[in-house]
Amino acid sequence: MEAYISLFVRSVFIENMALSAFLGMCTFLAVSKKIQTAMGLGVAVIVVQAITVPVNNLLFNYILREGALDWAGLSQVDLSFLGLICYIGVIAAIVQILEMTLDKFFPALYNALGIFLPLITVNCAILGGTLFMVERDYQFGESVVYGLGSGFGWALAIVALAGIREKMKYSDVPDGLRGLGITFITVGLMALGFMSFTGVQL
Amino acid sequence: MAFDKAEAKSVISSPIFDNNPIALQVLGICSALAVTSKMDKALVMSIALTVVVAMSNLLISLIRNHIPSSIRIIVQMTIIASLVIVVDQVLKAYAYEIAKQLSVFVGLIITNCIVMGRAEAYAMKNGPGMSFLDGIGNGLGYSALLLAVGFIRELFGSGSVFGYTILEPIRDGGWYQTNGLLVLPPSAFFIIGLLIWALRTWKKDQVEAA
Repeated sequence: MEAYISLFVRSVFIENMALSAFLGMCTFLAVSKKIQTAMGLGVAVIVVQAITVPVNNLLFNYILREGALDWAGLSQVDLSFLGLICYIGVIAAIVQILEMTLDKFFPALYNALGIFLPLITVNCAILGGTLFMVERDYQFGESVVYGLGSGFGWALAIVALAGIREKMKYSDVPDGLRGLGITFITVGLMALGFMSFTGVQL
Repeated sequence: MAFDKAEAKSVISSPIFDNNPIALQVLGICSALAVTSKMDKALVMSIALTVVVAMSNLLISLIRNHIPSSIRIIVQMTIIASLVIVVDQVLKAYAYEIAKQLSVFVGLIITNCIVMGRAEAYAMKNGPGMSFLDGIGNGLGYSALLLAVGFIRELFGSGSVFGYTILEPIRDGGWYQTNGLLVLPPSAFFIIGLLIWALRTWKKDQVEAA
């Protein structure tokens, strides 16, 4: 149990998807102008991440990895080179299913998330989470915690950035730096702040 | 296939400064930050991305009239993912050390918005030849920024370029005090931010409205 808690804390703060691995940056910078929308996207990422990482974990452990097809009598087969295409397929499919389910049963939430759901398919944080999971060889339990934690960390970061950007309306930024430039520098400072977590031993 | 030389030239050169995919279109930033601490990593990543964008633009443009628009995203994804797998396997076979350092970022070319963005915005509407050139142009625009950031970070962060020592660091008995901040990932944000500033001071029309 302790191991899971420390994995969760590590994936939220120390290995924050957005601010220390720099994944999902495109949406991170584009959809962080208002806290409201940032929150919606954040929730959507948590949900998708928490589902896709464990599913891809099962896929990897029982079908793709070397010797995983033992149960089917094919112990020599190593399908791990097909990984990328399978993961992205799973992600696209799950996002699609989620979209349809929400539309049918939770229309209010569906409307709130709006266009963000389909965008999540191409969010690098989602695929990145899966790839890190494969690279670090997590067990199923760990992958559930990691998916949840990394999604939560990303959501936390985007809401924080949106908060800062809302305040920044009142500041006088030099012409050439306005918009994208200053956002980059803000995110850089935030990332420096998050780096202070790296000293934490768990 | 007859196409206009001047147009071809502008398709290649405009993404490098006028319409840079990273600095102006805000596409494909994730990898730009994580792989720029060393020039060789940045170079391999740039080549990999340029190949993937050019090939995916070419292939998607070839079959653009046969893709039903309702499933076009899936079709594009499949093509891109297959190309990335090929690149990934080639890197693992011939440049294993660097492939290992790049870790998940080669795989993340799939979700790099430049690839999808160009496929959707350009290759679906234009012929194969021009799409191929557009892919190369955008790949070069990405590479230019990546290499610029990589150059600054490696030169001032560890005093070398492509692993060759230029500024002799103090710890090896030289005179240069290495700047530790530049080796750390957040510095990439500052450098890209400042590069954007420089680019927009030079090309005034890119300044965003307040």
